[in-house]
Amino acid sequence: MKYLHLIWAALFRRKTRTFFTLVSILAAFLLFGMLDATRSAFSSGGDSVIGVDRLLTTSRYSIIQSLPASLSTRMQAVPGVKSVGYANWFGGIYQDPKNFVLSFAVSDNYLDIYHEIVLPPGQRKAFESTRTGAIVGEALAKRYGWKVGDKIPLQSTIFPQRNGDKTWPFDLVGIYKPAKGAANGTDQQFFFHHKYFEDANAFQTVGTTVGWYVVQLTSADKADSVAKAIDALSANSDHETKTQTEQAFNASFVKQLGDIGLIVSAIMGAVFFTLILLTGNTMAQAVRERTNELAVLKTIGFSSRSVLGMVLAEGMLLLLLGGILGLALATVVVPIVAKGSGGMLNLPPLGMQTWILGIVLMLVIGALVGALPAIRAMRLNIVDALAGR
Amino acid sequence: MKSLKKFAIGLLAVLVVAVFLAIWIALPWPGIVALAIALAIWMAVTRRGKQTWEVTKVGLATVTQRLGSSSVVVVGIAGVVGVLVAMLAMSEGFAETLRSTGNDRTAIVLRGGSQAELNSILDRDSANVVIQAPGVKKDAQGKPIASGELVVVANLPRKGEPDSDSNVPIRGVSEDVWNLRDQVKIVQGRKFKPGLRELIVGKGALAQFEGLDVGKNIRLAGQTWTVVGVFESNDSLESELWGDTQSVASAYRRGSSVQSVTVLLDSPASFDAFKASLVADPRLKVDVTTTREYFGKQSEGLTKVLRAVGITVGIIMAIGAVFGALNTMFAAIQARAREIATLRAIGFRGIPVVVSVMLETMLLALLGGVIGAGIVWIVFNGYTASTLGANFSQVVFRFHVSTGLLWTGIKWALAIGFVGGLFPALRAARLPVTAALREL
Repeated sequence: MKYLHLIWAALFRRKTRTFFTLVSILAAFLLFGMLDATRSAFSSGGDSVIGVDRLLTTSRYSIIQSLPASLSTRMQAVPGVKSVGYANWFGGIYQDPKNFVLSFAVSDNYLDIYHEIVLPPGQRKAFESTRTGAIVGEALAKRYGWKVGDKIPLQSTIFPQRNGDKTWPFDLVGIYKPAKGAANGTDQQFFFHHKYFEDANAFQTVGTTVGWYVVQLTSADKADSVAKAIDALSANSDHETKTQTEQAFNASFVKQLGDIGLIVSAIMGAVFFTLILLTGNTMAQAVRERTNELAVLKTIGFSSRSVLGMVLAEGMLLLLLGGILGLALATVVVPIVAKGSGGMLNLPPLGMQTWILGIVLMLVIGALVGALPAIRAMRLNIVDALAGR
Repeated sequence: MKSLKKFAIGLLAVLVVAVFLAIWIALPWPGIVALAIALAIWMAVTRRGKQTWEVTKVGLATVTQRLGSSSVVVVGIAGVVGVLVAMLAMSEGFAETLRSTGNDRTAIVLRGGSQAELNSILDRDSANVVIQAPGVKKDAQGKPIASGELVVVANLPRKGEPDSDSNVPIRGVSEDVWNLRDQVKIVQGRKFKPGLRELIVGKGALAQFEGLDVGKNIRLAGQTWTVVGVFESNDSLESELWGDTQSVASAYRRGSSVQSVTVLLDSPASFDAFKASLVADPRLKVDVTTTREYFGKQSEGLTKVLRAVGITVGIIMAIGAVFGALNTMFAAIQARAREIATLRAIGFRGIPVVVSVMLETMLLALLGGVIGAGIVWIVFNGYTASTLGANFSQVVFRFHVSTGLLWTGIKWALAIGFVGGLFPALRAARLPVTAALREL
């Protein structure tokens, strides 16, 4: 550290060159920040810790098949099951087909199972006592400017009402905040009573079937045995089920969109490969130019190892400077992009994990690009160098 | 005064870059070819041009001595162009697959407001009304050519990943489908027989999902079905498994209802009459669109997102690459400072020096662009991928690296080379001759 001013001076020996290199590094880490945010937006359903004690039971044949409502009591009797809730996909749109709303008809105990949905007690009470009541996440409410007390007409792309109307009226009675650590997108949902859904639905079957079941476990480590026991209930029937943890379900769903992780790492690979080449070249040039100075340093008593360390440190410092600026820029840009997309891209802000990974990358790449010139500098023969050979 | 002049030149250069980039993006390929020919003629005929050619030759001859830094420009630009072209090829492939699924000769009818087949339902009476509407083409026996269809979604594992679950669409089609969708050809095995639990599979589905070879049995809704054939259609239908409407409906307990009716029209012009008669019919509440419009709409959202992501990533990478190129070219000029100064001293003017440095950078950029676009073309053209489509089921599509995209990539490469070369070129032209000659 005591040589910091020397390293610093070396770094800014040629301001233009360092500036150009810094901009390239900045661009690379800006991309890294944005892509990592995208990746975590798609994977957060799979690694949120809140849902570890929940299983989802869906039809084995396909996700669009519904399950008999009568299964509920039999599932409740399986040892290890604390409670069983259920939900149905509503396919709601608000005013315009582009305004797709993630909306579900849910059982009465759903909010107890999804304890990450935090609703003020007064609003909770209002929800329980209002037949046409609905609650929405704060992000969704903000998107359409909804307030508690509003009447919201939601059109279903699947279910008409009994009177033939496709638009269902709802009373907004609560706006919830997702608890810390909830899966990304939790604050974009719309919930209402399954009872209302059954009563007003034109499809008579809706009363006797549910879309899927949510099972709360007494303890998370019973997931496997309970899942097997639940699937055994309907084995060889015409409504076989598939029970898996919520994480596994979410992960497999995201996988169906495409291998986001693979695409992101392919792009990052291309970016960082170029970055290493580019910065490595700059470092090599910088050290070549300074051959004389390095020889002088050695002459006045700097050890070969400290010269090596100084050149390595120079590379890391260069990467850290550009990289931290890039990540900082990404921190500012990502929320703007998320906002600009009108809720289409639901990007979480840059997390601690991204920063840590980014800084590790900076140090590694810095050491990598500094290595060759540093070794050259270490092996420098004073006499030859001073003679310009 | 001197600094003012320097500032003015810098400002002018930035303006030139902005104007050039604007023209460049708008310029079609014949324009750029014309530009290249004009440059070649200038270099062959005029005195300045000949000088430029000589200086450029010297520059290019010394590239091998600066291999490390020159390769930075080439690889950097190859990376930008590669990522850009790959992302755009993905978006184009997806859009094209859905676009080619529809046409103006056929129309699809769904329950009003349902947007996708999965959400729609039409009872038998409504379906019959639709089939009898005016504008529907009739076959030799006078029967309207129409197909009442059901799309259900089944869980099948992806190839090589036995534990994965993918939503694979199964379409129940009526017999008229062979007249209605004449792009569909059986390439292996035979057609399914009505009334039996037989399926034919699309080539795309066969390539992506496990256990769909001809002769294999698969379980759907608790029943065993046999795969009897493979079909090819070169559109999104290839992602699907097809069976008889009645058989699929009974397996999934759908009674006599269907989800959509697709009809063959007398001609594209009769669509308006067909639509008008259905909309006016008080017994129905349906959405009527041509299949071109229906499938085109399904690709819109994802295509837009992919394009936007590709271009954003491309721009950020391009900024990085421009600065990399600037660094390299400034260093190259530094290395050749004496040589350039000598040329200036013996009477070469600024223009040949500027143009030759620019030419060198742009040639390096061109090489990078060709390598980047070429690699993507070799690796990704025709690469099969799949994603969730409007029916909540997998759409299998191929990356399409079109010549248009290759051209876009090369245009980007040249633009990066232009910006990265201009400022070093100006520096070279303004190099103080005496100082440069004195330097070691």
